[in-house]
Amino acid sequence: MLEIKYLHVQLEEEDKQILKGVDLTVEAGKVHAIMGPNGSGKSTLSYVLSGRDGYEVTEGSATLEGDDLLEMEPEERAAAGVFLAFQYPVEIPGVGNMTFLRTAVNAQRKARGQDELSATDFLKVVRAKAKSLKIDADMLKRPVNVGFSGGEKKRNEILQMAMLEPKMCILDETDSGLDVDAMKLVAEGVNALRDEGRGFLVITHYQRLLDHIQPDVVHIMADGRIVKTGGPELALEVENNGYADILAEVN
Amino acid sequence: MALPEVKQTATEARLSAMSLPDAGCTRAAREDALARVREMGLPGRRDEYWKYTRPDTLVSPDVTPAEVFASDEPVMFDGFDRLKIVFVDGVFDADASDDLSMEGVTIDRIEDICCKDIHWAKELYGVLEARGQQPVQRPLAALNTAFARDGVAIHVTGKPSRPISLIYRHGSETSDAMLHHIIRVESGAEVTILENGPAASRFNKCMEIDVADGGVLHHVRAQGRDHQRRAATHMFTRLGAASVYKSFTLTVNGVLTRNEQVVELTGDDAVAHVAGACVGDGDFHHDDTVFITHDAVNCESRQVFKKVLRNGATGVFQGKILVKAGAQKTDGYQISQSLLLDDDSQFLAKPELEIYADDVACSHGSTSGAIDDTALFYLRSRGVPVKEATNMLTLAFLAEAVDEIEDQSLASDIVTRLEGWLARRS
Repeated sequence: MLEIKYLHVQLEEEDKQILKGVDLTVEAGKVHAIMGPNGSGKSTLSYVLSGRDGYEVTEGSATLEGDDLLEMEPEERAAAGVFLAFQYPVEIPGVGNMTFLRTAVNAQRKARGQDELSATDFLKVVRAKAKSLKIDADMLKRPVNVGFSGGEKKRNEILQMAMLEPKMCILDETDSGLDVDAMKLVAEGVNALRDEGRGFLVITHYQRLLDHIQPDVVHIMADGRIVKTGGPELALEVENNGYADILAEVN
Repeated sequence: MALPEVKQTATEARLSAMSLPDAGCTRAAREDALARVREMGLPGRRDEYWKYTRPDTLVSPDVTPAEVFASDEPVMFDGFDRLKIVFVDGVFDADASDDLSMEGVTIDRIEDICCKDIHWAKELYGVLEARGQQPVQRPLAALNTAFARDGVAIHVTGKPSRPISLIYRHGSETSDAMLHHIIRVESGAEVTILENGPAASRFNKCMEIDVADGGVLHHVRAQGRDHQRRAATHMFTRLGAASVYKSFTLTVNGVLTRNEQVVELTGDDAVAHVAGACVGDGDFHHDDTVFITHDAVNCESRQVFKKVLRNGATGVFQGKILVKAGAQKTDGYQISQSLLLDDDSQFLAKPELEIYADDVACSHGSTSGAIDDTALFYLRSRGVPVKEATNMLTLAFLAEAVDEIEDQSLASDIVTRLEGWLARRS
């Protein structure tokens, strides 16, 4: 599904290397988690995959089902099936949440040569999905993320993911700022989307989220590389001993 | 003080080509206005109040020709049941207009107010304009009072069922139009006034609005798209106790527009909202100049102006809230913002507060900036193409001004215009 090879990335504005050769393959139907200390490059990886400005790829490649992601505009990546759940979802005053969702869904359908969803069909689907995430009608009417609590913002991200049905879901610290109940709700939303055709890359600092979203593979990222890969037990090891042991072992 | 020679020469050059209408009962007001024009002189580019907008083409004896634009858009406010009053190049067109009678309102042409002996009109013509000359001079409005030959006197005594729609058509490439309207809204009466159209190659419009205690006036205006047209408009509004005045203006194109709003809250608990959304491209120059005077207790005023500018377009905002001594519990709000779609465009703002009461809440803010990159990326990451995402954010920026229109169907008509402008540029 997602294949990242020897990916080197630096900041455009300053000559600073952030990713120093990331190799990673996420298969369809699998959940991969990336853990790692602050500043290891986890968020940068998610931004580079989704096409944010400000990063320069100096070496390596990233493909989704064989298509070169790095050549695509952000909206083309989205249409190809990439979805990034933001660590800090953006507030957009003046744009209604519903309008935003519908525009996004239909833009992607159009890009894929599908018919646009009618207002009624869209409404039916969005209401059902919103309900399962405990997103009420009021939240759908309000401007995108404006005045939303931390939990509401993250649930709104998952709602977008559910509506857009991407192939490759990247969750950037979706657990940050969430209380236990909100985290469960978000995890349920994510688990509901798990299926054989879809890959997940879950970036997190804590084992906690992985109790609810069981990963198939756990990677440890440090200083711009994947330094260790293992099963779910690797996350427990981090939780119990921190990163120091693993990093010492790798070095 | 004698006028500088340059100004006097320019003023006399303009006046030499004009003659005062013979208009009976308004003759005195017109002579008085003419004397004020001579005393003040017409605006010159050294005047502080015209620092950001060059008045030359608004003042010159000759009109700069402007092509008549044939729009392919549906006519503004077309879907609304309204009483239409049509002017072509500033002249009333009876054939194109509806019958002027409607329950709750009496409408007459300015030229008829003398022969019909309409007292309220005689007592209003030129009066609010003259009051509005202090503390800032507005000579183009005085020029209008003196020389305007057409316009309507609208007397609102009830709640007319339809909006009154003033339609300004542009017919000749060299037209130079002046219209003067006066509106009196009686106590407890309520009316919606619509204005649309380019009016003429050069348009000078003055509207005097007197709202009695508890009266309500809604005003929605869409200035015509004719690219080369020039316009200087003044609205002088006096508000009685617990009265409401809500005005919104949309400006799309026009090489030069100066819209002045002068509002005086003279009765307690009065409410005045003035808002504007404008979108400009290229040699577009748009100036909103607003002066709101709080002269009573517990009044509310809001100014919300949003401008989207690209390809070197210029936006100007001069907005003032004056709170007189004794105007306690004043709630004044003023925001002027521009969205600059490129580095060539500019926004010039002069927000002012002058407060002589000690128990008031007044705020003002003015910003200019580009499209928010983070928001743009967020939309694109969800699959919205860059142009569509930019348009969404542009409309979102303008929404705060458009939201000032209470009637949702009028507001959506305005949004359609803005979408049209964006679509033509995508």
